[in-house]
Amino acid sequence: MATDTIPTVADLERPVDDVPHEINKYDFITQTTGVFKARKGLNREVVAQISEMKSEPGWMRDFRLRSLEIFKSKPMPKWGGDIAIDFDDVYYYLKPTEGQSKNWDDVPKEIKETYDKLGIVEAEQKRLVAGVKAQFESEVVYGSLQEDLGKQGVLFTDTDTAVREHPELLRQYFGKIIPPEDNKFAALNSAVWSGGSFIYVPPGVHIEFPLQAYFRINAESMGQFERTLIIVDEGASVHYVEGCTAPMYTTESLHSAVVEVIVKKNGRARYTTIQNWANNIYNLVTKRAMAYQDSLMEWIDGNLGSHLTMKYPAVYMMEPGARGEILSIAFSSKGQHQDAGAKVVHCAPNTSSRIVSKSISKNGGRSSYRGLCKVEKGATGVKSNVVCDALILDHDSRSDTYPYIEVEEQDVSIEHEASVSRIGEEQLFYLMSRGLTEAEASSMIVSGFIEPLVRELPMEYAVEMNRLIELQMEGSVG
Amino acid sequence: MSKTLRIKNLHVCVEGKPILNGVNLTINRGETHALMGPNGSGKSTLGNAVMGHPSYEVTDGTIELVDADGTVTNVLEMDASERARAGLFMAFQRPMAIPGVKLADFMRHATSNVRNPDRKEGEGLIPMREFRKELKDKMGHLRMDLDFARRYVNDGFSGGEMKRAEILQMAMLKPKFAILDETDSGLDVDAVKLASESIAEISADAAADGAMGVLIITHHDKLLERNTPDFTHVILGGRIVETGGVELAKELHNDGYDRIRAAYPEAAKLNSEMAEEDAVTV
Repeated sequence: MATDTIPTVADLERPVDDVPHEINKYDFITQTTGVFKARKGLNREVVAQISEMKSEPGWMRDFRLRSLEIFKSKPMPKWGGDIAIDFDDVYYYLKPTEGQSKNWDDVPKEIKETYDKLGIVEAEQKRLVAGVKAQFESEVVYGSLQEDLGKQGVLFTDTDTAVREHPELLRQYFGKIIPPEDNKFAALNSAVWSGGSFIYVPPGVHIEFPLQAYFRINAESMGQFERTLIIVDEGASVHYVEGCTAPMYTTESLHSAVVEVIVKKNGRARYTTIQNWANNIYNLVTKRAMAYQDSLMEWIDGNLGSHLTMKYPAVYMMEPGARGEILSIAFSSKGQHQDAGAKVVHCAPNTSSRIVSKSISKNGGRSSYRGLCKVEKGATGVKSNVVCDALILDHDSRSDTYPYIEVEEQDVSIEHEASVSRIGEEQLFYLMSRGLTEAEASSMIVSGFIEPLVRELPMEYAVEMNRLIELQMEGSVG
Repeated sequence: MSKTLRIKNLHVCVEGKPILNGVNLTINRGETHALMGPNGSGKSTLGNAVMGHPSYEVTDGTIELVDADGTVTNVLEMDASERARAGLFMAFQRPMAIPGVKLADFMRHATSNVRNPDRKEGEGLIPMREFRKELKDKMGHLRMDLDFARRYVNDGFSGGEMKRAEILQMAMLKPKFAILDETDSGLDVDAVKLASESIAEISADAAADGAMGVLIITHHDKLLERNTPDFTHVILGGRIVETGGVELAKELHNDGYDRIRAAYPEAAKLNSEMAEEDAVTV
C-alpha cells in the first residue's frame, strides 16, 4: 500500500453544518473521526486496500478482485428505479474504531450515543434478544451473545471475524447462494463488503429470543456493504432481526447488502428487517435463502425511507416439503420509490410458498410490487399463494404491480390476488365522527392495513413499526 | 354545558343537488324526537349534515349548540371530529368496516378524545384497566361477548352485530345529542327490544349534566315503544312538514304516508323526484 493513499485528518472532517433537518428521530449526525477511511472511488487499489486492512486470506482478496471485474462488466439494471449513482464519488470503506467491543462501555462515546438514541442496548438489557451486533459505517463496533448459546455451539459474529476464525464453515457457503455473477450490486458487494452478521446454529438448537443487528450509516457519501450469512443446521431454528438507519445528507449514500441464508432439513429461519433509511439512500439489496427438505424460511421485510429501494427477498425451495414465506411492507412518500417484492422458486415437488405484500404510497411516493413465482420442471404438487395489496393515500401517489409467473409443470396450484385501494372519505368520516382527528383516522386506517404483517413482528418491533408509520403519517393530511 | 341542538332553515346539497330545503328542528337534552319519512325524503342527509360529512354541503341555514346560559356555538365551523368532542353522535345506518383495526383499540382512542376534548395527539389514552372494565361492563349490558372487542371494526360483522357495536360506541362516548339512523333496520324483534332498552338506559346515564337529546330516524314504531318520542316529525321533500306527538308515529306506522302526501303535494312531488333519482343512481 502506497503511503499517499492513507487519508489525512483533514480528509476525515467535513462540514456538516449545512445539513438539512427533517423531523425524524434517526436524523442526527454523530461527529466521529474514525481510524481509517479509504479513498473515494472504486478500483483495484481500493478493493485490495480493504482486503489488506482486514488482513484477509488470499482467497478472499481474489474473490473481491474477481467480483470487481464482474461488477464493471455488468450493465446497470434497466428495470426497477432510476439509479443515478456516481460510483467514483462514494467512500467504500470507513473503519470507525479499532476493533470490536464485547462490553458496551468500551464502545467509543460518540458511537455509543448514536446507538443509545436508537435504543439498541435497551432491548438487550431487557433480555428480549439473545445477541446483538451493531455496525457503524463499515465495521461491527459491538457484539454480544448469551453465554449458554455459545456453549451450545451457536456462532454469532461479524462476517469479518468469521473469515478469520471459522474459514472452513464460511467458505463452504459464502458466495454460493448469491454468487457475484448474480447481479451488478451483488458483484459490488462481493468486491467491497465489510461487516454484516455470520450466524451458525448447530443441529437441533432452537434459539428462543431473536438475534439482533443494527446498521447505521453516519458519514456522507458513504457506502455500506454488509454481508450476512446464516446457516441453520438440521432441525435447528433462529430468528434474526435487523434495523437500519441513516441521517439525511445533501448527497446520496449507498446501501448495498448481500444476505445469504441456508436452512437445512427440518430447520426454520425467520429474517426480519425494518429499514428506515434517510430519503437520499439508495438501498439495493440482494437477499436469498435456500430451503431444504421440510424446512421453513420466512422473510419479513419492512421498507420505509430511502430514495430508491430495490429488494426482492427470495426463497429457493430445493427439496421436497420446503416452505417459503415472504411478508413485506413498503411505505413510500415524496421523492421515494420502493420497488420491492419477493421471489419464490420451487425446485422440488410438494413445496409451498406464500407471499403477502402491502404497500402504502403518499405525497407523490411510488410503490411497486415486483414478484416472481417460478416452478421448475419436475416440481409437481407445488402450492403458491400471492396476495399484494396497495393503499394509495392521495392522487399524486402511485402504485404498480409486476407479477411474473413462470411455470414448467402441470400439477401446481398458483393463486395471485392483487388489490389497490384509496383511503375512503367514508372510512375517514366514520372514524372522525367518533372524535378521532383526520390525522389519527388516516394513521389508524394505515395501521389496520398493515396489521396482518405487523402482528408477525416481535413485540418491540411491532410497536416501533407502528410508531414509524405514525411518524410517516404526520403532516400527511390537510 | 350545551343544552340544546338547534337547526334552523338548513339547506344541504349533495353533489350539487339540493336534498334538504329548509329544515327547522330544536332538540333539548332529555327529549326524544322521532324523524319519519318515505325513502328519499332526506332523513339520513340530515344526520350526515349534523355530523359534518364533507360531501354534504350546507348551502344555507345554521346548526348550533346552545348552552344553558345562552352561549351559542356554531357547529358548522367544526369538522366531524370536533363535533364528536362537542357531544354529537350518530349511529350509522351502514357503518364502515376498518380492516385491521380492533374495535377495542378504536374505542379507546375515540373515548379518550371525546372525554378529553383538548387531548393532543400522542398524549396519554384512558388507562387500559379502567377502559377495559368499563367496556366489559357496557358489553355485558348489550349481551356482547368480550371477544367481540378484539374483532376488526365492522369487518365481517352481521347486520345485527354492526348495530349493536354502534350502540356500544354510543354507550362509551356518552354523547349529549345522539342521532340513530335506522338503528332498528336489520334487527330481529329481540334485538330491537334490547336496542331500545339500551338506548333508554344510555340516555338516562349519558352525562353527568343531564340526559341525552335523541333523534331516532326510523321507518317503524318498534324502537319507539320503549323510547316514546316527545315529538314526531315527518320529513318530505327535504322539509319537515308536520310535527306531532307519539300518536303521529303510530299513525304513520299503521297508515303510511298517503295522508301526508295529499296534504303537502309540492313536497310530495319533490320527494318522488328525489326518490327516483336515488333509484337511478343505485
